[in-house]
Amino acid sequence: MKDNIISVKSLCKDFGDIKVLKGIDIDIENGEKIAVIGPSGCGKSTFLRCLNCMEDPTSGSIMFNGVDIADTSVDINIHREHIGMVFQQFNLFNNKTVIENIMLAPVLLRTKKLKKQKRKNFFAKLFRKYDKIVELETTEDEIKNEARERAYELLRRIGLEDKADVYPSTLSGGQKQRIAIVRALAMNPKVMLFDEPTSALDPEMVGEVLDLIKQLADEGMTMVIVTHEMGFAREVADRVLFMADGVIAEEGTPAELFDNPKGERTRQFLKAVL
Amino acid sequence: MSSWNLFYERFITKGGYETVLSGLLATVEIAVLGLAIGILLGTVIAVVKVMPKYNTLPKVLNVICDIYVAFFRGTPMVVQLLIGYYVLFPALGIMMDAIVVATLIFGLNSAAYVSEIMRAGIQSVDPGQLEAARALGLPYKTAMLRIVIPQSIKNILPTLGNEFIVLIKDTSIVSFIAVVDLTKAFRMIGDANYEYVIPYLFLAAVYLVIVFAITMGIRAMERRLKKSER
Ligand SMILES: Nc1ncnc2c1ncn2[C@@H]1O[C@H](COP(=O)(O)OP(=O)(O)OP(=O)(O)O)[C@@H](O)[C@H]1O
Ligand SMILES: [Mg+2]
Repeated sequence: MKDNIISVKSLCKDFGDIKVLKGIDIDIENGEKIAVIGPSGCGKSTFLRCLNCMEDPTSGSIMFNGVDIADTSVDINIHREHIGMVFQQFNLFNNKTVIENIMLAPVLLRTKKLKKQKRKNFFAKLFRKYDKIVELETTEDEIKNEARERAYELLRRIGLEDKADVYPSTLSGGQKQRIAIVRALAMNPKVMLFDEPTSALDPEMVGEVLDLIKQLADEGMTMVIVTHEMGFAREVADRVLFMADGVIAEEGTPAELFDNPKGERTRQFLKAVL
Repeated sequence: MSSWNLFYERFITKGGYETVLSGLLATVEIAVLGLAIGILLGTVIAVVKVMPKYNTLPKVLNVICDIYVAFFRGTPMVVQLLIGYYVLFPALGIMMDAIVVATLIFGLNSAAYVSEIMRAGIQSVDPGQLEAARALGLPYKTAMLRIVIPQSIKNILPTLGNEFIVLIKDTSIVSFIAVVDLTKAFRMIGDANYEYVIPYLFLAAVYLVIVFAITMGIRAMERRLKKSER
């Protein structure tokens, strides 16, 4: 069996009476880069947002980490920590500085776990179950310092460490998006989901963002990218999915799909965008 | 004696200023604590209103909040005060100072209004902010508390300031349940000689000064908030 990181079966999503996704099946291998293309409104964003349950699937299953996260009884927050998401509109936290944006989630989530362990230890002590006490591996200060170091490391990587203490409103779109990407990386995700990461950018800033994504791809990050940048999809993707009307109408390697499209709809779409 | 001299005698020589000061304190206390309760409870109600409602619990909470808001917005505050002081708390067997009852009622009443303000504030924040927080794995509550609500407070600060001014002025009705507030204090000075003109003019002036000070304070806060996030 292959090493699948995400395995989607018969995924359907309705918004009220509108059927947006009508049965999607796909296995995503560890390290695989998948580009999703297709006409506007065909359900690309909805598909991507189902992968981390930002939209709850109406039916079907999504296996991740050996758990069906489409099942609403699982705690989705635990799994979202391992699935990074990058939005078209960046969505940096406006009330936080750049460094706070990057540190926020790692610090809060790790501190929460630490506090939970402290609580458990407290009750273990209270009931004299000394064998149940787990030694704490870290402190709140340590968590903060580690997160800060990691955040600076990530900022250095994108050459923006001098922006650590400014608020997002002062940044250019390209800077915002690169920070949004490293904010997701700070959680050390196993998969990254990108929803048209360059569509809201001025043309001169598209390159810097695509370069960063390309770097991640080269480092072996598993990623699913919804994009209108066909050149980029061809260059980076291992597999391209062409979506139409809520299904994957055609899929293949970039060479297969771009140079030898089989379906009529694929041909029409490519003719319109290329 | 002229009415001015009468007032001067009452206010200074006979210690009327002490009553006025303690009345001022009562007014400020009721309004400040009332607003604090209002903001806390109002935020909870607002979050219940904007929460996604897939499950039964949020739906039930939503109905409760609707009834709550309808009651406090649909009845005069004097009536709420009277019910609280003479009916509700005695029926529950709780003995409380009138000023405590007044503070509580002001808080509960203000929560109904603040919840509407806060809801508009939350809805004015770009939904992408909540999405980004949730996508990082933060629970709904944490995301609201750390990201959405702080941003909405900034948006609604002027409206919250108005609510505070309304509360300050509304405290003038608490003498209905025997609290000595600013209004009552000046009336007592007038009662002494049946000379009301100067005490009531002074009373109005004091309210004006308080409201003016609050307005200035709110403006300063807004400026500071604008300066950050730069
Ligand atoms: N929350 C929602 N409620 C109702 N309908 C929705 C919702 N989200 C998406 N839709 C509908 O689902 C369909 C697919 O939307 P989706 O955003 O997935 O398309 P897309 O392929 O990403 O399009 P685009 O290329 O324009 O981003 C659209 O018709 C849209 O109107
Ligand atoms: Mg889309």
